[in-house]
Amino acid sequence: MVYHCVVLVKQVPDTKRITGQAMNEDGTVNRAALPAIFNPEDLNALEMALQIKDKFGGSVTIMTMGLPVAADVLRQGLFRGADRAILITDRRCAASDTLATSYILSCGVKKLNPDIVLCGRQAIDGDTAQVGPQCAEKLGVPQITYVEQLLKLNSKIIVVKRNLGNGWQEVKAKLPVLLTVIDSANEPRVACAKRLMKCKAAAGTSEIEQQIRAADPTASDEQVKAAAKAKCAQLKQKDLLIEQWDLDMLNADLQWCGRDGSPTKVHRIQSVVLTAKESKSVEPTQSAVDAMIHELIIDHTLG
Amino acid sequence: MIDVNKQGEVWVFAEQHHGKVEDTPLELMSKARELADTLKVKMAAVLLGDNVKELAVKLGHFGADKVYLAEHPLLVHYQAGSYAKIIDGLVHKYKPQIVLYGATPAGRDLAPRIASIIKAGLTADCTDLQIGTHEIKKTGEVYENLLFQIRPAFGGNIIATIINYDRWPQMATVREGVMPMPIADGRRKAEIVVEKVQLTQTDLAIEILSEHVQQKKVNLKASRVIVAGGAGVGSKDNFKLIWDLAHCLGGAPGATRAAVDLGFIDRDHQVGQTGTTVRPSLYVAVGISGAIQHQAGMSGSQKIIAINNDPEAPIFNLAHYKIIGDLNQVVPMMIKSLREKTIKEKN
Repeated sequence: MVYHCVVLVKQVPDTKRITGQAMNEDGTVNRAALPAIFNPEDLNALEMALQIKDKFGGSVTIMTMGLPVAADVLRQGLFRGADRAILITDRRCAASDTLATSYILSCGVKKLNPDIVLCGRQAIDGDTAQVGPQCAEKLGVPQITYVEQLLKLNSKIIVVKRNLGNGWQEVKAKLPVLLTVIDSANEPRVACAKRLMKCKAAAGTSEIEQQIRAADPTASDEQVKAAAKAKCAQLKQKDLLIEQWDLDMLNADLQWCGRDGSPTKVHRIQSVVLTAKESKSVEPTQSAVDAMIHELIIDHTLG
Repeated sequence: MIDVNKQGEVWVFAEQHHGKVEDTPLELMSKARELADTLKVKMAAVLLGDNVKELAVKLGHFGADKVYLAEHPLLVHYQAGSYAKIIDGLVHKYKPQIVLYGATPAGRDLAPRIASIIKAGLTADCTDLQIGTHEIKKTGEVYENLLFQIRPAFGGNIIATIINYDRWPQMATVREGVMPMPIADGRRKAEIVVEKVQLTQTDLAIEILSEHVQQKKVNLKASRVIVAGGAGVGSKDNFKLIWDLAHCLGGAPGATRAAVDLGFIDRDHQVGQTGTTVRPSLYVAVGISGAIQHQAGMSGSQKIIAINNDPEAPIFNLAHYKIIGDLNQVVPMMIKSLREKTIKEKN
């Protein structure tokens, strides 16, 4: 029995390096202005899928929704061993909240009919952990969140260990199923040099169009389209085309996509500045420290 | 989704396991009470389980006006599918305007599944909730008495206020430890509304084969004093200073994520956005620079002492007492000072 896995991944801004300049006026994030990385726990999900393929056979398809530049994480997935990469990109996806995102992704997953869908538990930009369970609901499959270890897999059932922080559970479910994977599950493999050499030319249609435009800014739209079509055909022959899907190809109902499909809206964004109301400097001497301790006892903070 | 219903109640999912309600939803009851009073509507707890009627009474003591009680043998253990089915039914039947969940592992598993079924909004991991007015400047539309769902985002670098003005109920999960636990009042009584539950084995998609609950090694939330060390402490051996000072103060040792990652102390001691949120009477930050993610977990402390040799450390913006100096000298001074005080008191 072989298993077909779909791994849902996200390209995220490296939140350790965010500044206020990266925010748009409406409070959404200007992703183009930030260094973008493969969401860390999505790498753990990919690793689990690759291990399933290594052990049982089958396939690993990696899928993301994002701007054309998100093809970069798909390439990184191909370097690590994914068989197929799909980019869902469409202007009408913009401003999707978790509900709209999960609807769009679930439309994509439905076309592939996998046995197991895997995602990282959460993405480091939003930390919501919502898209996984919401996708599972939209696909009509059970979700198992916080997965740390795959214990058993056979033609009909899967047994995994969940790590809930304050303990663990071993749970069993029938396939198909959606798993969200945590960072302690495994050590994601690095890109394989051979695959890197083979797949580094992999690209999606929008990326190719952008490259052609950059190389010849005078080209007309028709010329760009024609050149891109030829290049895509070449890549496809070599199995290096990152498939690009839009909402029409997904037969998505537009009322559930993008801004219209998103019940949550941003009211306000504030930068974080925390300050103490009253502040005293204390010299690093025994007498000053004694005085501070004395003050804390007098005002009943201590004792 | 349900229509906007300004008369709708404010609900809290009273998550229980093995006959005990989790702390986070109980903490949430104080905020839900406040929101319901502002909106002049009732506050209700939603309790699912098997043989949990006693807990319903207790939820009244914690401030609920009503408890919706759904009991069934198949609800004995939490799982997303069956619990979501029941709560979806209740939401459509009673049309609450707000539904809140603790951001516990189960709450974060359940709430998005429900949001997806109902096609309503959900904001994760809120640190505050308020009632406020939203205006869309372009159209001049004004929405009053909305739930402001306030949460850190982008690794804690920003605070976002999220709203949902048309696809109700307004739903949020709320982080552990950010709301004060209400004081139980044994005289308060909630109206208990018993719901009929129809479930079959096919509603249970998951089978729990085994379960192991681990007690945390330290209860940071219950500590009046926390002495926390960061990467600046330097080594696991040197972290003994933190333990010693905590011991002298009758407090608990805490740590930053960096210190935990470096192996200085167990993860149970981690304070911050990915650890525990604390609000002690006194927080002593030793060798902590004060990353925003750490500040998010301790800025509610009543008094903060910061010890760091870098005068530019962000933690000093937060500190009531700033000590710029070598922690290896200052911490022993504090220990000495406290020991002498104790000796004096004994004499």
